[in-house]
Amino acid sequence: MKQIRNFSIIAHIDHGKSTLADRLIQYTHLVDERQFRNQILDTMDIERERGITIKSQTVNLPYNAKNGLYYELNLIDTPGHVDFSYEVSRALASCEGVLLLVDASQGVEAQTLANLYAAMEHNLTIIPVINKIDLPSADIERVKVEIDHELGLDADSALLCSAKEGIGIEDIFEAIVERIPPPSGDVDKPLTALIFDAQYDSFRGTIVSCRIFDGSVRQGDTIRLMSTGAQYKVEEVGIFRLKMEPKKELTAGMVGYIIAGIKTVSDTRIGDTITHEMNPAPKPLPGFKEVKPVVFSSIYPVSSDDYQSLAEALEKYKLNDAALVYQKDSSAALGQGFRCGFLGLLHLEIVQERLEREFDQSIIMTAPSVQYRFTLSDGSIVQVDNPIYYPDPAQIKKSEEPYIRASIMIPERYVGPVMKLCMERRGVNSRMNYPGPGRVELIFDMPLAEVIFDFYDRLKSITQGYGSFDYEIVDYRESDLVKLDILVNGEKVDALSMIVHRERARDRAVKACESLKEEIPRQQFKIAIQGAIGGKIIARSTINPYRKDVTAKCYGGDITRKRKLLEKQKKGKKRMKVVGSVEIPQSAFMAVLRTDTE
Amino acid sequence: MLNRHHIEILMETVCRVFPVTSGAEVTIEANPDDIDPVKIKTFKEHGINRLSLGIQSFHDGELSFLKRRHTSGEAERAIILAKSHGFENIGIDLIFAIPGQTKNTWHMSLEKALSFEPAHISCYALTIEEGTPFNLLKSQKRIKPFSEKKEVSFYLHTSQYLRDRGYIHYEVSNFAKGPKYYSRHNRRYWQRKPYLGLGPSAHSFKEKDRWWNIKSIKGYMDSLARGIKPVEAKETLTEEQIRLESIMLGLRTEEGVDLGVIASIPRYQEILENLLLSGYVEIKDGRAVPTVKGYLMADGIAYLFS
Ligand SMILES: Nc1nc2c(ncn2[C@@H]2O[C@H](COP(=O)(O)OP(=O)(O)OP(=O)(O)O)[C@@H](O)[C@H]2O)c(=O)[nH]1
Ligand SMILES: [Mg+2]
Repeated sequence: MKQIRNFSIIAHIDHGKSTLADRLIQYTHLVDERQFRNQILDTMDIERERGITIKSQTVNLPYNAKNGLYYELNLIDTPGHVDFSYEVSRALASCEGVLLLVDASQGVEAQTLANLYAAMEHNLTIIPVINKIDLPSADIERVKVEIDHELGLDADSALLCSAKEGIGIEDIFEAIVERIPPPSGDVDKPLTALIFDAQYDSFRGTIVSCRIFDGSVRQGDTIRLMSTGAQYKVEEVGIFRLKMEPKKELTAGMVGYIIAGIKTVSDTRIGDTITHEMNPAPKPLPGFKEVKPVVFSSIYPVSSDDYQSLAEALEKYKLNDAALVYQKDSSAALGQGFRCGFLGLLHLEIVQERLEREFDQSIIMTAPSVQYRFTLSDGSIVQVDNPIYYPDPAQIKKSEEPYIRASIMIPERYVGPVMKLCMERRGVNSRMNYPGPGRVELIFDMPLAEVIFDFYDRLKSITQGYGSFDYEIVDYRESDLVKLDILVNGEKVDALSMIVHRERARDRAVKACESLKEEIPRQQFKIAIQGAIGGKIIARSTINPYRKDVTAKCYGGDITRKRKLLEKQKKGKKRMKVVGSVEIPQSAFMAVLRTDTE
Repeated sequence: MLNRHHIEILMETVCRVFPVTSGAEVTIEANPDDIDPVKIKTFKEHGINRLSLGIQSFHDGELSFLKRRHTSGEAERAIILAKSHGFENIGIDLIFAIPGQTKNTWHMSLEKALSFEPAHISCYALTIEEGTPFNLLKSQKRIKPFSEKKEVSFYLHTSQYLRDRGYIHYEVSNFAKGPKYYSRHNRRYWQRKPYLGLGPSAHSFKEKDRWWNIKSIKGYMDSLARGIKPVEAKETLTEEQIRLESIMLGLRTEEGVDLGVIASIPRYQEILENLLLSGYVEIKDGRAVPTVKGYLMADGIAYLFS
């Protein structure tokens, strides 16, 4: 156990964590040079397409230190984006130390600080690493000052490296061995293994990733999952070496996987403790803090026949994304579905995409909402994240909505237009910082609801891609809220309703009617779309029907073909939701919030 | 085009193999450039009593756009010839929505056709289908297809014009001077009555079965030579498919659809209401019958019932 080191690489997004992991992996020759590819730990297609890490990944590195001893280092590469911070916090629970990367040119940023705090909460040893020193714009001295002032760490202890150029890698290995303490724990105590991640495999059942705190586990053992009480016989244990590598046993201090034919998906809970059936631990490990979702949206199967399949997919998906929370939901328009909470919009987008790609689901997602707070006349307070449950307006004494503090980094020339955008989105309390020549940091307090949909897209288009945006939730503030309903041919479509600020309601309604007009194709009949508050129509649009849909000829040889075409179109109908007699495509439910339709 | 000899063999065989009712409708389809006095006489002699002529247009520019071999003059002469030989049941096919066609040129074709007082007129909207030379021209922006609005207006105008002159608009593209001039042959398709098609790729239908012959002439002949039925494939329709076909075909004709077929399914009731409100169908003698506006939407409406 003395020769084990467990550590995570943490940093702000893009500061080079996965690239540093690459160099560490290559140093230990874990992978053939021919099979190597950049950011090798970013294994998911979506990660590679977007160039960001979404899931934490563990890899076990064999390292022969200068002191002549052989070490096994467990590296966990973590995501930097704030929406995936739950991945970071769970990784930290398996570690004794972290490499805190700081980009030598960007310096300390929001997630540098947030992740540092998370590491300190776990009492981890922190090794600051200044990365990207090869950049011409690298300013090591300034970054050292920031490490000292803003992070409160000893700047002299910071290592210098260029993950890209492979500079400073050996020093990092030595620091890991020397500075990070070995895991504590007792092999002779009853087994306690913390489940920090999992993945469902249709052949082998749930594959559990865990950190062994006490005891040991090997093939043939009967284990118990403490929160559910489920028991299974261990089929295989092992460690992560880019592939799963079977081992005879996992012992206290190690990070690895357990396969035990766990076919019942709900038996596995992330944060649960695994122990031995015969010699159980007296109590489980503390587990993880509960996730606090920030945005909410409902997921429905496109075809209501697929509800069960969606339910199963979500359950399996959640094993691999513990940050998703969901519960049953139902809508008059869309039938049975699930209300889901996400850590942010990127998270929401990733969940949608992974459900579609990895689990083959066709889903409808409703427009995202934040969680509002209403004080009712009887003094009770209700939290509402689903417009369907908007309280009776006559009973509402006070409405509040979450506010964020947005930090927007832009080149000077865009200050005007970006200020305008922020004001439109009800931004207040603006401040400006000048972090470097030509660059401006705009700080605004804004309702979260105003940024959850397309704020970032708008910002990027206004600044031609040069703007970056970061936020933290600060508090709830009183706000004049109303519920905006959307009617299609006079019928209220509950899944299209949204809670909006009264002053923005008309604008929102007009935009929603326009977006729907774009999204809903012309049909056989005229379609009227209306936006209404409490029955009062405040916006409308009309989709004219098409007037000709017939083939000129239909004789003996055409009938079969024509019927087959109808049968094919009928299948396509399943991808639409029929409300009244109007077919509404999947995309429309999300599009109501889009504010620019060009 | 079949020559005189072919026609003789064909008609003699048909009469030998099948019992032919007296007064049966015997139609031949021909293009104006196929017609000459000898042929017309052969038709007559062998009991052919209805002539369907692929005139398409009486405008030479449009005819050459459509790559037809005949001119408007030849078209006229063909009709006159047929009439002079005693053909009184003549059908004229015309095409509208030809790129470049104007209300005037279309009107001229209609007028000209009417001047011969044909028993039957078919007016087909030109469809530019994928993979056709027209579609290539369209994608190269070298021709400008009719807009939906323009096509609809031509169609409605045509229907009105012919009805004003005593024709019955009995199917999407077909008009007859009276019920006795309805194309008996084609109506069998729409009414889902049995039919037998002979020749390559011809379709046949009986009870719940539909089958079709091998498409290639060589394959068809080889099969016959080996004494095997030259059938390429056959389908047996389910009850649901039968219902869908009767709606799909019924909506193309003035007969419409029996309300009983629609009433059987609750969801259909709502569709029917919408169709009535939009003026796509009317109720007549317990049937939902398409209006002229409804004819234009026959496929879209059938989709609603699918
Ligand atoms: N010049 C230079 N570029 C680097 C260095 N390290 C990483 N990069 C680049 O920085 C970008 C981001 O690198 P990643 O390793 O994906 O960053 P990350 O921290 O893993 O990002 P997330 O996982 O999305 O938070 C890539 O384009 C890398 O090539 C370095 O030392 N020097
Ligand atoms: Mg990464």
